[in-house]
Amino acid sequence: MLQQFGLKKSPWVVHFNCNSCNGCDIELLACLSPLYDLERFGVIHVGNPKHADVLLVTGSVNHRNARVLKNVYDQMPEPKAIVAVGVCASTGGIFRDCYNVLGGIEEVVPVDVFVPGCPARPEAVIDGIVRAAEKLELRRRGQPVSRPSLVPETHEPTPNPAAPPETVPATLASPAAPVAAPAELAKTP
Amino acid sequence: MSTRMTLGLAAVVLAPIVGGLIRGLDRVLTARLQGRQGPPLLQPFFDIIKLFQKEPVVVNRTQVFYAYLHLALIALATFMLATGGDALMLLFILAFSTLALVIGAMSVRSPFSRIGAQREIVMMVAYEPILILMVIGFYLANGSFRLQSVYEASRPMLLSLPLVFIAYLSVVMIKFQKSPFDLATSHHAHQEIVKGVTLEFAGPYLGMIELAHCYEAAFFLGLAGLFWATNAWMAALLAAAVFAVTLLLDNLCARLTTHWMFRFMWTVVFGLALTNIIWLYWR
Repeated sequence: MLQQFGLKKSPWVVHFNCNSCNGCDIELLACLSPLYDLERFGVIHVGNPKHADVLLVTGSVNHRNARVLKNVYDQMPEPKAIVAVGVCASTGGIFRDCYNVLGGIEEVVPVDVFVPGCPARPEAVIDGIVRAAEKLELRRRGQPVSRPSLVPETHEPTPNPAAPPETVPATLASPAAPVAAPAELAKTP
Repeated sequence: MSTRMTLGLAAVVLAPIVGGLIRGLDRVLTARLQGRQGPPLLQPFFDIIKLFQKEPVVVNRTQVFYAYLHLALIALATFMLATGGDALMLLFILAFSTLALVIGAMSVRSPFSRIGAQREIVMMVAYEPILILMVIGFYLANGSFRLQSVYEASRPMLLSLPLVFIAYLSVVMIKFQKSPFDLATSHHAHQEIVKGVTLEFAGPYLGMIELAHCYEAAFFLGLAGLFWATNAWMAALLAAAVFAVTLLLDNLCARLTTHWMFRFMWTVVFGLALTNIIWLYWR
């Protein structure tokens, strides 16, 4: 009964700056300020992955820090969730084509929530952490947790077998009476 | 089961609940003082429930043993406070509870954890003499080292030990890890030693330490109430006053160094308590 109050209400976050320009990091710290007050969701900014439930990553992954990011992720006890803050962490952003950049953090660790923005707005970061906390609770219950994908899905309308075959209404099926052309149009050659 | 036994067991069950509420109130009021909304009042309970749901990650078994011991001994100290046991034994158990945390933190190789543990030891050395002087004060006032004599005393302790009470205030601030004494570990901000003593405890073992902190909150405010044990309302008022002063100073002060704390405790605070004891002795 009490268990449901745990993870959802107290997501402690650890912040890891992968390769960020510090834009997202400053917005992240702004979340803890009196204006946004992340602590009202029970969030504590811990400096230790062993105490954390949610890993916030800013910046893109490169060859040097991929190992470090993996290490930080591995040190967190289960259940855990990862939030990619900003476009650089999501896809590599403007640094994507750099020779040393591997891309978004998804190349190294599984991401649960992508927070868009360059830099990500504090409201978006807060939303991302709250969504990650909900996923933590699902993970504790052993329920399947969907992972978001940045690849846009093509939206083909799939036929629904349960629905009756589409029938065209009788009024539309018959060819409509030809509309009489306006008089002035008919006159002009 | 005698009445005292029932009282003691009730205290062991209720202390973490009361202590958790005190800590929750602390966080809410601190947030309000900083112009924030702050977490819900029950946040410490959410944190503890969550920590017990996490995967147990341990560095070594020594650590686990001392996390259990830390919790068990502070619960025992709470039991003894409620049943009115021997005050000297109470101090001994209390010291060993903190020592268990220190040894647990020392059993790992993390330098942050060890620095935190060393600071915790310096803090113990700073506040233990004050607690011993307090107990000596109880003895001089009542003629017994048993806390039962304090409960049965006709005259409130505060009238005999006003300076010791002021000294005790700084002990509470050290034990609650409040500024300017939040040296060994701190909850709400990064500091130079990350999380200090509790750094290498994770999951349910950190939950145990959090639970022990809830016990400590209830225990030390209960001990503050002991200074006016003749009237339950006055005792509660006194405990609330100690809590309010601690909270206010925490938000007013910055963290200072261990050396400063040691000097301050062994000169100003120790001097205050000793003056009171000398006055009580020659009265």
